Amino acid sequence: MADENKVDNPFRVLGQPTPPAAPLNDDPDAIREEMEKGILFTTVEKMAGWAVNNARANAIWPLGFGLACCAIEMMAILGPRFDVSRFGAEVMRSSPRQADLMIVAGRVSLKMAPVLRQLYDQMPDPKWVISMGACASCGGMFNNYAILQGVDKIVPVDVYVPGCPPRPESLLHGIMKLQEKILLTKPELGPIARPRKRGMA
Amino acid sequence: MALTQERVDERLRAAFPGASITRQEGPAVRDYTLHVPADTIVEICTFLRDDPELEFALLSFVAGVDLLPNTPRFEVVYSLLSLTNNLRFTLKVALPDENPRVPTVCGVWPTANWHERETYDFYGIEFTGHPDLTRILLPDQWVGWPLRKDSPLGYQEVAFTHNTPNRTKPAPSLTKLKPKKVKYRAQ
Amino acid sequence: MTLNMGPQHPSTHGVLRVALELDGETVLRAKPIMGYLHTGMEKQAEYKTYTQSIPQTDRMDYLSPMSNNLAFCLAAEKLLGIVPPPRVQAIRVMLVELTRVSAHCVWLGTHALDIGAMTVFFYCFREREKVLSIYDHVSGQRMMSSYVRVGGLTMDIPEGLLDRCQQFVDEMPAHIDEYEKLLTKNPIWLARTVGVAPLTAAQAIGLGATGPTLRGSGVDWDLRKKQPYSGYETYDFDVPVMKDGDAYSRYKVRLMEMRQSVRIAHQAIARVREFGEKGEYRLRDFKYVLPPKEEVKTSMEALIHHFKIVAHGFFPPVGEAYAAVEAPKGELGFYFVSDGTPRPWRMKVRSPSFINLQSLPTMVEGRLVADVVTAIGSLDIVLGEIDR
Repeated sequence: MADENKVDNPFRVLGQPTPPAAPLNDDPDAIREEMEKGILFTTVEKMAGWAVNNARANAIWPLGFGLACCAIEMMAILGPRFDVSRFGAEVMRSSPRQADLMIVAGRVSLKMAPVLRQLYDQMPDPKWVISMGACASCGGMFNNYAILQGVDKIVPVDVYVPGCPPRPESLLHGIMKLQEKILLTKPELGPIARPRKRGMA
Repeated sequence: MALTQERVDERLRAAFPGASITRQEGPAVRDYTLHVPADTIVEICTFLRDDPELEFALLSFVAGVDLLPNTPRFEVVYSLLSLTNNLRFTLKVALPDENPRVPTVCGVWPTANWHERETYDFYGIEFTGHPDLTRILLPDQWVGWPLRKDSPLGYQEVAFTHNTPNRTKPAPSLTKLKPKKVKYRAQ
Repeated sequence: MTLNMGPQHPSTHGVLRVALELDGETVLRAKPIMGYLHTGMEKQAEYKTYTQSIPQTDRMDYLSPMSNNLAFCLAAEKLLGIVPPPRVQAIRVMLVELTRVSAHCVWLGTHALDIGAMTVFFYCFREREKVLSIYDHVSGQRMMSSYVRVGGLTMDIPEGLLDRCQQFVDEMPAHIDEYEKLLTKNPIWLARTVGVAPLTAAQAIGLGATGPTLRGSGVDWDLRKKQPYSGYETYDFDVPVMKDGDAYSRYKVRLMEMRQSVRIAHQAIARVREFGEKGEYRLRDFKYVLPPKEEVKTSMEALIHHFKIVAHGFFPPVGEAYAAVEAPKGELGFYFVSDGTPRPWRMKVRSPSFINLQSLPTMVEGRLVADVVTAIGSLDIVLGEIDR
């Protein structure tokens, strides 16, 4: 009698009778499938690795290794306008023993190259190197007797940031790229085997 | 009356009648330059500094120049500045190719110390009597005098794909970033 | 005991190594060792044309790049015997004085940071960012602009530059007052800089020091007043001189210089406005200076001149010239020996920081180790200029 005039009840959940229960499924595969839909599987190594990688990436402490003009742009990212403290890298450690990122900012002369290598060796693992600027990446505009043509001749470089000098935003982009790289690395949980050269600590 | 460079020239020639002092001529020699003999340089500089009319108290720079095909090969340029008279003056000493040596003026102006070390570093010109004539800008073990005209610039060929034909490893891919396998050192 | 204040050090303002011989805290001997940034610029200049060497000069004293460009161009113009038009000179003066303000900002920030005052560092870098955005506006590059060229400028000043400079010049005196309020009467600052690193006038002249190092010791010598260049004789400004010769007097000299620079920049901006916001920006001497592009496209002679200058370089007369400017660090001079070819036969840079650093042992011997840091900071050295 009142069914034709009745408007569709939006609260149909209350209006409808409960449907009959589905028959029980004893199949173990089906049960496992149901369970897997609600549970996340992982290993302890992967979890610890994720945590370790995120910690390393988001709290990366640079070594204050400004050599030339790029050092001024590196100082600018410590300044208030381009704030690197957002990325966790505001403490610029002076001692290599406490740093994990070496930003080679500036031209490396042949007199400075052994000093740079010694500082790199003094840094504890894990360590990364960003080569900032054209002179550190490839010698830059100075292709002559006095300048090392690229710091990757003496230390392994993770990120190259081009520019002369690179804008502070470029350097921040480089640091972010390094953070992505760190997040993708399988984290080592012990000292890394490095090829030992004779005569070096 | 303000001191002029001609007056300095006049006084210098009057004070050192025996030395052969010549003026450098040329269409575009923009500073007043005198060539003086190498063995008299210390006396001349002492005179220029101490004379009350001249008072060249500040040595601006000491530079070396290598005029390779010409002889004498080297020139050492001294640029003097008088603060009280507001005047610049330039002296030049010509040195031969073999064993270029000139007495040091460190005793006259202490600032010449590093200037002469730098000239020695770049050209190999020896300043006799210098307290510490060692390399200043180049590494201590460097062999050779880089600013001489017969030293090369040290240009290194940059490796591009067109001039490295026998590369064994392929160029690195910019899009794929694979995690590196890490070897652990045994404890 | 011998202590090595190594090339990597937070307070050496670059890669300077100081070998200190100490007896407890007292310095017996200090020997600066440099060369860790030697770039071979003088040798490389012999293989490049004059215009190609201008970007190199930016990288010498990298805190005041336009001063270096200006010194280079003045020496080249003296060799060629040309003088750029007055509008160009006014623009050069305006930009060089803003450069001086920014270089002194960096000096103050890093010097105060070494002594321990971190706030000043952030304030100074905030001001410096404004000058760098002016550089960016005028040339496209934040620091190494290479804007001043032989015979003029790279291109005409863009629209809105003069307003931007005017705004900076109007608000800068308030910021300098801020720095003074933080430091000048601060008892810690006074304790650390008054009487520290002394240099008498006779010692300074004998050691060849120029710039604020010389004026802080009581000698009134400023190239902008004594041997003016680029129209400085037509501007109205004072030269600060302090008598004591310690780090505090050099600090006061530089702060007063900042104020005078703002004053000169103010006058220069008014003068450029008189000449017009757009106008001539190069000398019309096509033997040495590039002709304007509109003429290159219409006139045959201009095209040939353009081609010759770009492809080969201009041919200066055989001779030599030395020209010096008053850079923020001192007397910066370039000495050219030319043999008639487009490449200089010899380029010698008289760099002020190299000479001023020579007075470090005199300032520091017999004093305490902590004063070495103050002395290096008050000398205001830039390693790019020392090592070239």
